[in-house]
Amino acid sequence: MLEEIIIAGFGGQGVLSMGQILCYSGIMENKEVSWMPSYGPEMRGGTANCITIISDEKISSPIIAKFDTVIALNQPSVDKFENAVKPNGVFLYDSTNVIKPPTRTDIKIYKLEASNEALKMKNTKILNMIMLGAFLKIRPIIKLENIIAGLKKVLPERYHNLLPLNEQALKKGMELVN
Amino acid sequence: MGELKLMKGNEAIAEAAIRAGADAYFGYPITPQSEVLEYLANEAEKRTGMVILQAESEVAAINMVYGAGGTGKKVMTTSSSPGISLMQEGLSYIACAEIPCLLVNVVRGGPGLGTIQPGQSDYLQATKGGGHGDYKLLVLAPNSIQEMVDFVKEGFDLAFKYRNPVLILTDGVLGQMMEKVELFDQIPRSKEIPSWATVGKPPNRERNILTSLNLQPELMEKHNEHLQAKYREIEKNEIRVETINCEGADYIFTSFGLTSRICIKAAQLAKEKGIKIGIIRPITVYPFPYETYAKYADKVKGFFDVEMNAGQMLEDVKLGVLGKAPIKFHGRMGGMVPTPDEVFHVFEEKFLGGKE
Repeated sequence: MLEEIIIAGFGGQGVLSMGQILCYSGIMENKEVSWMPSYGPEMRGGTANCITIISDEKISSPIIAKFDTVIALNQPSVDKFENAVKPNGVFLYDSTNVIKPPTRTDIKIYKLEASNEALKMKNTKILNMIMLGAFLKIRPIIKLENIIAGLKKVLPERYHNLLPLNEQALKKGMELVN
Repeated sequence: MGELKLMKGNEAIAEAAIRAGADAYFGYPITPQSEVLEYLANEAEKRTGMVILQAESEVAAINMVYGAGGTGKKVMTTSSSPGISLMQEGLSYIACAEIPCLLVNVVRGGPGLGTIQPGQSDYLQATKGGGHGDYKLLVLAPNSIQEMVDFVKEGFDLAFKYRNPVLILTDGVLGQMMEKVELFDQIPRSKEIPSWATVGKPPNRERNILTSLNLQPELMEKHNEHLQAKYREIEKNEIRVETINCEGADYIFTSFGLTSRICIKAAQLAKEKGIKIGIIRPITVYPFPYETYAKYADKVKGFFDVEMNAGQMLEDVKLGVLGKAPIKFHGRMGGMVPTPDEVFHVFEEKFLGGKE
């Protein structure tokens, strides 16, 4: 198993922590993991992204240009990474605020009204968990229970009261994929 | 098996320093390595009593390393390219006075203040002596977070073995990315005082003098000869290199640090097209594994050197290959990182006439 992912969105949407949760959870399943964030000026006001690689074998390059899965949380990320998906790869995006959707026909496109769903659940910050849940439904590379264990590692202890809500959000994301 | 953790490269350096039993860290923040100082400031003193001090500048930090190192303690600093440039005068003094210490350069794109994105453009500064005079640092070039951890421990050992500054030459990607690491167990801080340390003269021995100044050229030449003999010893004993699939390879990709991993992925792309690629990765960039290149020079159709600079290690690769095989180069500069697809594409263009 080798899954090469890029997760992109605005700073503050939780894209970096999505990648970190995947990595922590991957380690629990004895997988090799690599997480490379964008850092520096492009994060400020523009898009933040992280390349996350989960593999059964040793990972060579942490820097790659083509991905099995792109998870895009805003319009600039949709624009920037549509062409970075490998043929037959997965393009998962939050369509709530996207007016120009992806158009490629050689990839599997999944759109989710994730921001709206997060609003309905009364916490816009769980948008990333809804998206992560959807991803895990499409590409079940890690068990949900380990994702929740990984979440505990990434979420500072003072927010651990929010763990049940995050779990609900993950499950919501899974439901929303058809 | 040691403790497994998911760590950022910079945090891993800091954690490894604590566990290696380092006595003191002197530094000044600079992107992309400020997390080293941040992590140490939070963790180190309460765990081992290690001294963590933010100096007023890099110039001050390296001179604090010089002074504290002179007492025989395990001392270190970290910085990124412009900061390391500021330290070069102090480093030359430290190398001359033979003070063991550990430095980490998390390289960013230069020259000048440059960018805060990753680079490898401090190779020549690191390996050929960035300061004045005939001196050498022992330079380790990790390509994973695990090696960052291991090289902190080994770096201190080498520094004390040779009484020489050791530099870990890494870059912004390795500093910022996270990987799984296995941490070694805590090594207690040493209470031993080396015989050469300047900690006050007891009645039963001569004074210890640590200095880089000697106004008598005859004596200064003698000291230079002693240093050179030490460097020959390092060259004899400490060369480290990783080779992958070099036997029977058509071409060899060569690279150090992060770009070596990009080359490994590019080699996999080549393999899918039936081209056999070997990899030579110098792990120590000083001392440099010239002989490994010589060994394969008349067996392959060519060498492809990939770096995040304008061709700095290339000079050493040429000295290893000695004209016996064509060498082509691909470099990105100013904070840009090549992708595996790009490396393979340029290789095809340069060696195979661009055919698909």
